[in-house]
Amino acid sequence: MTAALRFDPIRLPEKCEQLRKEVRAFLAEEIAAGTFDPHKPNREDTDAPEFSRRVGAKGWLGMTWPKKYGGQERSFLERYVVTEEMRVANAPTRRFFVADRQSGPVLLKYAPEHIKMDILPRICRGEICFAIGMSEPNSGSDLFAAKTRATKTDGGYLINGTKIWTSSAHIADYMIAIFRTSPPTKENRRHGLTQFLVKMKQPGIKVNPIGQITGQFEFNEVVFTDFFVPDDHVLGEVDGAWKQATSELAYERSGPERFLETYYVLTELVRAVGPNPDTRSAEGIGRLVAQLHTMRRMSVSVAGMLQAGKEPVVEASIVKDIGTVWEQQLPHRVRDLAAFVEETATNRETLERQLDFAIKTAPKLTIQGGTTEVLRGIIARGLGLR
Amino acid sequence: MAESDNIVVETAEKIFSDLADPQTINNTKKDSWQAPLWQALSEAGLPLSWVAEDLGGSGASLADGFALLNAAGRFAVAVPLAETMLAGWLLSQAKIASPEGEMTVLPASPKDRITLDANGALSGRARGVPFAKAAKHFAVLAHGKDGVSIALVDASKGRIEAGLNVGYDHSDTVTLDKVQPVAIKPATKGFDQTTLMLMGGVARSLQIAGALESMLDISVRYSNERVAFEKKISKFQAVQHNLARLAGESAAALAAATSAADAIANATSFNDEVYLEAASAKIRCAEAAEKGGGIAHQVHGAIGFTREHILHRYSLRALAWRDDFGSESHWAVELGKLVANRGADELWPLVASR
Repeated sequence: MTAALRFDPIRLPEKCEQLRKEVRAFLAEEIAAGTFDPHKPNREDTDAPEFSRRVGAKGWLGMTWPKKYGGQERSFLERYVVTEEMRVANAPTRRFFVADRQSGPVLLKYAPEHIKMDILPRICRGEICFAIGMSEPNSGSDLFAAKTRATKTDGGYLINGTKIWTSSAHIADYMIAIFRTSPPTKENRRHGLTQFLVKMKQPGIKVNPIGQITGQFEFNEVVFTDFFVPDDHVLGEVDGAWKQATSELAYERSGPERFLETYYVLTELVRAVGPNPDTRSAEGIGRLVAQLHTMRRMSVSVAGMLQAGKEPVVEASIVKDIGTVWEQQLPHRVRDLAAFVEETATNRETLERQLDFAIKTAPKLTIQGGTTEVLRGIIARGLGLR
Repeated sequence: MAESDNIVVETAEKIFSDLADPQTINNTKKDSWQAPLWQALSEAGLPLSWVAEDLGGSGASLADGFALLNAAGRFAVAVPLAETMLAGWLLSQAKIASPEGEMTVLPASPKDRITLDANGALSGRARGVPFAKAAKHFAVLAHGKDGVSIALVDASKGRIEAGLNVGYDHSDTVTLDKVQPVAIKPATKGFDQTTLMLMGGVARSLQIAGALESMLDISVRYSNERVAFEKKISKFQAVQHNLARLAGESAAALAAATSAADAIANATSFNDEVYLEAASAKIRCAEAAEKGGGIAHQVHGAIGFTREHILHRYSLRALAWRDDFGSESHWAVELGKLVANRGADELWPLVASR
């Protein structure tokens, strides 16, 4: 057999279901208090610092991390439940999501102890927001073409250059970025990049918002001009970011956020067609639910394998490939079916407003966090084709 | 399930490798391979895996039997193994002992119905019954005035109009006209035709998933051998991305089918959660058979369209299996109705319950 792809039928353990109830109850309270409206997904991108602190107070941020850094030492499957319930409710997670999923784990692995002690507990309390500085104006998917320079100076580095498409940079307290500390070598074009922790909101950093086709301003251009980063903010090996940048990707790729981004239109469609759908609506809904269920089972399976210490890199890439293509097509399939919804459906306007937003959101889903083309390249490598 | 980790699957894979090698069978013009294969499977107790020992079977677990069906799909096995397993399982639901030899189940479509009259005779027509012509007995689910019964019927008592599905396997129409069964008992409460269709659908899903695993395997291998434009076609990005998509379809089918099998193996009843799993598996695996099989053919080019190449043994069977025990369209409508009936706010809790 060429490809031993594994998707064992892993179930979430019982304690996850208790946690799920707690998360649902918490979100219901927040909705009742007017923190957010689950029917308005476009508000997911708004900054909600108080909500972020309350999620932190619940112990749901950094929940898999060691207790000494403010974590709960709970399992990735428990984190999975919190993530999916937040996503389905359209909760405003923007402020803490990146820190919790990605930046915290990088710091845990590569930051010096005093920085971990300083920053990780604040992530767990929901106090700080992170951005990720990867793409540059002339390097997107080709991560290792990054040119923004970190020049060695007394006690640290001077940063000059521009990062782009940086989500949340306008509200972020920190960024984890890769900068060029050496030129690439002939043998290894990935050599010469170093991962840094950057404290935002300082002189020498200018954040310019970029308007998106959805009408939002969630990503930015970030310009560094002689910006100083101290030596202890180097994360991991100097010139060796290429060894680090790919290690956490399995977590990033296979989570519930990779197929639930437009889920709300399916719920609203089911509401609009009512309890006795015609054959066409029933078939359309049935197929979409079957596809959704399958993807979630794949995603949970990868989460379970990760929890068990395995490295299902190809499986995780498959989940993101299929998941993002699905969530991208979902608004269009729902729109097909919505054409036959009765004029009298009470939520018709809500559905139409949601579809407008989801259709505008859709193009980014197969681009952000690793394009479909990059993912399929990784899968092809796993199959032994490259 | 690429690597076998149970004795039932190991036994089966050994037999399939020795006696059901797709290339060997494909080169053989006659059906002479069928009898030794069936004999070896029978001697190993595999066709009656799901029948307890006191009812004439080998008493394997549901989970082991499901894994066996997945392996059978990987070899595109074309003898009534799945059908006999399902028949034995159905008869066991009413504690009817299973006879030796090939069996199949009827009805094999949610639309068909067999009725039981006051004299205890069975009547009705069942279309698309897999391997009816090869079967010595039928396991029949029948509707009478007192509810659902399960019966064992001598196959020679039925009228069979032979047919072939798109995979060139027998898919026949069986007509029963006041046939007296060999044995008949009422089904347990809650067991109905939908239960049988869901079980059959999951069996077919596992077979489709297995066939897709093999299609991925032989497509990757072929792309690493075939040279065009002075390089292996596996080096073309367009081919790589097609194969990555095939891997995705294969993975989705495997995940959906094994999840549903696991759900049934651990279920105490066929509730909404099991219904979601089983219906979803059939829908998603059928979609994967179309999309994945299409890519496998595209990668192979003209050679894959020939009878001498083994690809069609997988691709056409996977397409044919879509039709048995309710097509994906059927299950999509039924699942859609279930979801709509539960209401919008109950959709996520249902999905998350799995």
